[in-house]
Amino acid sequence: MNISRRHFLILMPAAAVAWESVLAGTPEQAPNYKMSDHWWGMLVDISKCIGCGNCVRACQAENNVPDGHFRTWVERYHVDDYHLENPQVISPDGGKEGFPSVAEDPNGKFFYVPKLCNQCADSPCTQVCPVGATFVAPDGAVLIDQAYCLGCAYCVQACPYGCRYIHPEKKVADKCTLCYHRITKGLTTACCENCPTGARQLADLKNPKDPIHEFLRTHNVQVLKPQMATGAKVFYNDLDGSVR
Amino acid sequence: MNQFKDAGHLFRFAGLFVLAFLVFLVVRHFVVPKSFGEYGHYRGAAIGEIAALPIHYAGHQACESCHSDVADLKSHGKHAHVNCEACHGALEKHAEDPTSVTPKLPDTAVLCARCHTATAAKPKGFPQVDPEQHSSGVPCQTCHQPHSPAVDAGGAK
Repeated sequence: MNISRRHFLILMPAAAVAWESVLAGTPEQAPNYKMSDHWWGMLVDISKCIGCGNCVRACQAENNVPDGHFRTWVERYHVDDYHLENPQVISPDGGKEGFPSVAEDPNGKFFYVPKLCNQCADSPCTQVCPVGATFVAPDGAVLIDQAYCLGCAYCVQACPYGCRYIHPEKKVADKCTLCYHRITKGLTTACCENCPTGARQLADLKNPKDPIHEFLRTHNVQVLKPQMATGAKVFYNDLDGSVR
Repeated sequence: MNQFKDAGHLFRFAGLFVLAFLVFLVVRHFVVPKSFGEYGHYRGAAIGEIAALPIHYAGHQACESCHSDVADLKSHGKHAHVNCEACHGALEKHAEDPTSVTPKLPDTAVLCARCHTATAAKPKGFPQVDPEQHSSGVPCQTCHQPHSPAVDAGGAK
């Protein structure tokens, strides 16, 4: 076969393009979840919470949370006019079935505070684990490797927010995973999905298009126990100073 | 060689030390999981195991892909941002197999009251009623279509 100089010059770039695609390999069929693209947190808007307990029920159904234990729960605060420093806090069965009614014209103010794992960036719970069974994943979710956990409960004591418990059957530590099995599939968490008022919003702090950034700029947002320097990533809007 | 004359016991001890170290390396090789240390001081494979857990709530996008009529009705009403499973419960199984798994119709007497029962503890702007006074036992859906609850939007469907 004789290739003229003219043909050779035409074929060379074509061959180069073909070789490029060989080097690149077959393109991915589905867009895969990339941990390095996310930094997960949550926004809780106290002014929107009505204390219906939908989040608590949804969390239990989604994650098979045993009765009497909670990955998320709702507290009702009553700050009365004369004891501002000592609010009364109740959370009957985690607020799963709602709250007892209050008098028509109560003294002081009431509000609901949903609580969950704060997904701390510098979490005290992961630092005390003696075997490396709990950790902050590269996308910011604080997770527990239950196959590796000894059940020593150091982390349960270390969490300043009381978000961990020892699973009564598995005998290992358990807590909110921020519905890691859902958010990695492109869904929101079970609690956010089922919150009727939008008081809970999943937030991806690494996504520049996430409305969380605008919200943090324009609202007075706090985290729980900032003095603990845990790097908590669950942000509370309209949080009363009496909340602990 | 004179200086090693009485050092035999030291060499035997060093030998033991090396042997123990080798045993340690072999045991460590078999005991430490393969993915340990992939991302940090933990088993990297655990991340994938947690991500692979089954979901129970399908998410409103899954519901809306079939029930576009309800999604359309809902989008114009007050309940536009209340997702389907907030009232209908976890329905991933139904989304997987719509024919053999059918959801139960929720009981509005319990469901509506859960959010809309009046109490001074709720935020002021939220619509609240005393169910006894408001309807004296008449089911909510007689007047309110749950997917678009304004009274002029029509009754039960």
